[in-house]
Amino acid sequence: MPQPIPFVEYLVLGDSPHLVANECTACGARFFDRRNACANCFATGFRKVDIATEGEVRAFTIVSLAAPGIPVPFVSATVDCAGTSVRANLINIDPTPEAVHVGMKVRLALQPVGADGSGVEAVNFGFEPQR
Amino acid sequence: MASDDVWILGITMTKFGKHPTKDVIDLAAEATMGALADAGVTMREMGLLAFGSLMGRASGQMLQKQVGQTGIPVYNVSNACATGATALRVCHMAIRAGDADFGLAVGVEKLAGAGLLAGGSRGDDSKNWTPSGRFGAVGPIDGRIGTETMPGVFAQIGLEYGHKYGGTSFELFAKISEKNHAHSTLNPLAAYSKRFTLDQIMNDVMIAYPNTRPMCSANCDGAAAAVLVSDAKLKTLSLEQQRRAVKVSASVLTTDPWEEACQVLPNVNTLTRQAATQAYEKAGIGPEDLDLVELHDCFATAELVHYDNLMLCPEGGAVDFFNSGATWRDGKTPVNVSGGLESKGHPIAATGIANVWEVATHLRGEAGDRQLPDARVGLAHVIGLGNACGVHILERAAA
Ligand SMILES: [Zn+2]
Repeated sequence: MPQPIPFVEYLVLGDSPHLVANECTACGARFFDRRNACANCFATGFRKVDIATEGEVRAFTIVSLAAPGIPVPFVSATVDCAGTSVRANLINIDPTPEAVHVGMKVRLALQPVGADGSGVEAVNFGFEPQR
Repeated sequence: MASDDVWILGITMTKFGKHPTKDVIDLAAEATMGALADAGVTMREMGLLAFGSLMGRASGQMLQKQVGQTGIPVYNVSNACATGATALRVCHMAIRAGDADFGLAVGVEKLAGAGLLAGGSRGDDSKNWTPSGRFGAVGPIDGRIGTETMPGVFAQIGLEYGHKYGGTSFELFAKISEKNHAHSTLNPLAAYSKRFTLDQIMNDVMIAYPNTRPMCSANCDGAAAAVLVSDAKLKTLSLEQQRRAVKVSASVLTTDPWEEACQVLPNVNTLTRQAATQAYEKAGIGPEDLDLVELHDCFATAELVHYDNLMLCPEGGAVDFFNSGATWRDGKTPVNVSGGLESKGHPIAATGIANVWEVATHLRGEAGDRQLPDARVGLAHVIGLGNACGVHILERAAA
């Protein structure tokens, strides 16, 4: 069996799955994408930092109309992970306004996306309610 | 003595809605010739043309070929939903710089029948997972790592405000939409001018909770155009032209400064607040002086946060402000008496000029059935995701 691969480069799989950010060594601003420079202070030095795996939902929506091929409804959220904001789907939760609310405590969880032509599994992340 | 003020001499918008027999240049030409006639001048006097059309592959040069080729510079501008405001800003800058006496700003779009904007297509997964793009993603991320659709993004922006300050609910956002649809019944140029009950709004098709279909801006066709003039040149024109001219007391454009989270969920707040602050300062006018506001209600959830961002209410007080009735047309600060983007419609590049047209028309006392009594000062606001924010403050000419 080939090793599963992360759906995005800022997701680390393994025994303790977590997200990593590029942190500006000059000002501490954090980014999840490949960087040319810091958008806050323009410095070019970055280090990898682990992001907390537990957080709080700061904003959400339940998407009922999306592009063809995207299963709906799903919950899109902004999660505050100890001061670093993360965009993600909320998973393992009913996509209803009764089940989701701002301020709810969530934790990182993994979700398989599927296998490619050579049998390699891609694994994505989301956040699920803390229990 | 002439000042460095810039004035709107003529301005017009086409009927927003469906124009199946007109192409994008027909619509732009109709708005352009309307604005020139309203101003009492011709293409001959124009010193520049600033033109915006996001989806139509049209250019200012194509418009010139239909309405007048005089050799003037054309600035084809593109700034998402702030494109029209950007065209106005370009004319304003050129006149302030002494480069031109007259400027023509035009925005046009054909969007009737367009579906979801942005996030509207998801590519197929590739046969072999290969990381690509700035996130090193092995497949499309829309719907897998949050949403890229506009209704979803702005829904989160509204709920984020509720999380910060409390008091929001599905019903509250629906009530904002109820107001704008009620206002639209007096606007003959609106794409939709039908009143909805709160129940109808809340029970309509859900797009992205809490935004149902009537709480989303309406895709439609439309154009708007404005002729701007320097103070010195205006003083040489007829008394009637001077009487109907509307002063541009502030023309401001901003982008979002970096803040934590701004690259995760677009922050439409700080750049709007900064644009408003600069505009009030330049105009020497405060939010309490405004007789009307046209703000960017691309979704009902957006209107709420902009009450606060434009400082129409104390910080954190947008819910109370709305519940007080202040933003209805008979309230303290009428907002979107045109019906707003939810009912008037949102032909993207036209919006930032059409909003100014609405304000200017009230200041001129020419708004017909929906005229606000004795309107002297107004503000027009647009947001383009990305982000860009345009704020214009307008004043009636001194009698
Ligand atoms: Zn930095």
